[in-house]
Order: sequence, then structure tokens, then C-alpha cells
Amino acid sequence: MVLEEVEKEFSLRRAESIDGIPTFYCHRELVLPLMERLKRDFEVLLDITAVDYLGRKEKRFELVYHLLSLSEKMRLRIKVELGEGEKIPTLSFLWKNANWLEREVYDMFGIEFQGHPDLRRILLYPEFKGHPLRKDYPLKKSQPRIKLLRPERE
Amino acid sequence: MKEGNFITTTLESLIGWARKYSIFQYPFVTACCGMEYMATAASHFDIDRFGAGLTRFTPRQADVLFVVGTISHKLAPVLRKVYEQMTEPKWVVAFGTCTITGGLYDNYAAVQGIDAIIPVDIYIPGCPPRPETVLDALMKLQEKIQREKQKWSLRK
Repeated sequence: MVLEEVEKEFSLRRAESIDGIPTFYCHRELVLPLMERLKRDFEVLLDITAVDYLGRKEKRFELVYHLLSLSEKMRLRIKVELGEGEKIPTLSFLWKNANWLEREVYDMFGIEFQGHPDLRRILLYPEFKGHPLRKDYPLKKSQPRIKLLRPERE
Repeated sequence: MKEGNFITTTLESLIGWARKYSIFQYPFVTACCGMEYMATAASHFDIDRFGAGLTRFTPRQADVLFVVGTISHKLAPVLRKVYEQMTEPKWVVAFGTCTITGGLYDNYAAVQGIDAIIPVDIYIPGCPPRPETVLDALMKLQEKIQREKQKWSLRK
């Protein structure tokens, strides 16, 4: 089995999972070698997303990778803890779709991916200030691009 | 009408009558409301009965702008440009809750009502509105067009 082998090799920490998908925490430095190894069995990168645990003592962000193996018929979730301003290597040269997924994470959370070929906003417009999925971004703070005819909210 | 009979009207109401039965609409469709808009336009409900059957896909040929679906702040400059490209006389219909108030998207991304960007003539509530509601709004818009006062003066 791939998992047991990888778990030992990269000293992964098993995380709680309520949906039956095996979930592991990986250290930030080991993400690149781990993913290079996993790419051999997991052909599909389903998603990259992040969670902002604002107010937590240690690392603020958690980056979440979802992988799918067609040959092994299984899914895998890898989590990486990231502090404010900490960078993470890009996976865009392993899975092509990581390019856009990482741009989305950058757009929403401001997490930077080292070595990314084109790291700019993907959903929001270039003049937008801040990263709206961060918990300290005010939910209703809009940034209009044109002069509005009336104020949006009272 | 027998020969020799005639009817009288005012030029103003004649222009209003002509305009209300030749609505060339521009559908600015961004979201799920578009399904309901398509249902209204298709044969079962048939907006052609109201003289609004000819959809134009350029704002320069249209006189009613149908804003159908959520408008984000990213898209706001585009919508305003489309409105500005339309020639007078022109009217705007806000189709669905999202265009009227931002709907359930009460956040940083969605415009909280398109009347913050462009003037609106008719609001159609619903999420999405049923075709009957759309037809009702279309008839109300026609009433409004009929009642409209023309500007006769050459001077501004």
C-alpha cells in the first residue's frame, strides 16, 4: 500500500477525518518531495484550498490538498500548517491544474506559492486590496471600481 | 371604421404606442435567472405577443436592457458601459432579487442593487421570478413607455 510507505518516509501525522478520506498533516519543508512521490500514484489533483484559523496560537493558515488515485481507487487529503507570510512551493509543474488552484488560494488568502509561473489574482480584479477569505477581512467591505450612483449600504 | 371616419390622438401618445410594441431587448444574463428569462422568451410564454420578440445582442440596437442575474463589482464597469452604449430612448429592467438588492450575496463581491450603477425603470422580484411575473413586468413597462412625456423643445 502506498500510504503506509509514504506515512513513514515523510513522518506524516494522521489527522482527524469525519468523511473517511485518509487525512495527514505534512511539514511545510516536506511538501514538495511528498507530492513528487504521491504524483506517481495519485493522477488527479482535485482541489487546493485553505482555511484561516485566525486567533490560533501557532500557525494561522491550513493549506489543504485533495488528491485522487484512479489506479488505487482512493482519495487522500494532505494538510499543511502555514504561518502568516510563510511561503509554499508550487505544484504547477506536477499537476497542470495546480496553476489556477494556487492562484485562487493566493487571491482569497494571500498565501504565496514559490516558483509559480504566473501568480496573480484569478477571481477578483487587480486593483482589489486585501484577501477576502481571511477572517480579518470585513465581510461586507466592497471595493467598487466605478463611482456609484448611491451608497451601497446605509 | 366606415369610409370618411377618422380618429384623433396626440402625437405623444402615438409615439408611446409605437414604442411600447417594438421593444428590442438586450439580455445581460449573468446567472441562474437566465433560465427563467429563456423560458419567458420561448414559445410557451412567448414574449413576441407583446412585441418584444426581437432580442438584440448589441446594446446599440436595443432599447430595453434586461439585467438578469447577480452583478459583481468586477462586472460593474462592463454593465455601465453597455448602458451608456444604448441609444435613447432606453429603459432598464432589473430581473430577480440579486439585481434588485444583491439578494443573498450580502458580501464584498456583489453589487447591492444595480441601481447603484445605472438607473432602473422596472424591478422584477423573485428568486428566480416566474415567467408570469416577467410578463406582468413587461406590460407594466409598456404602460410606462406609453405614459412617457416626450421632450419637444430643441433647446436643452
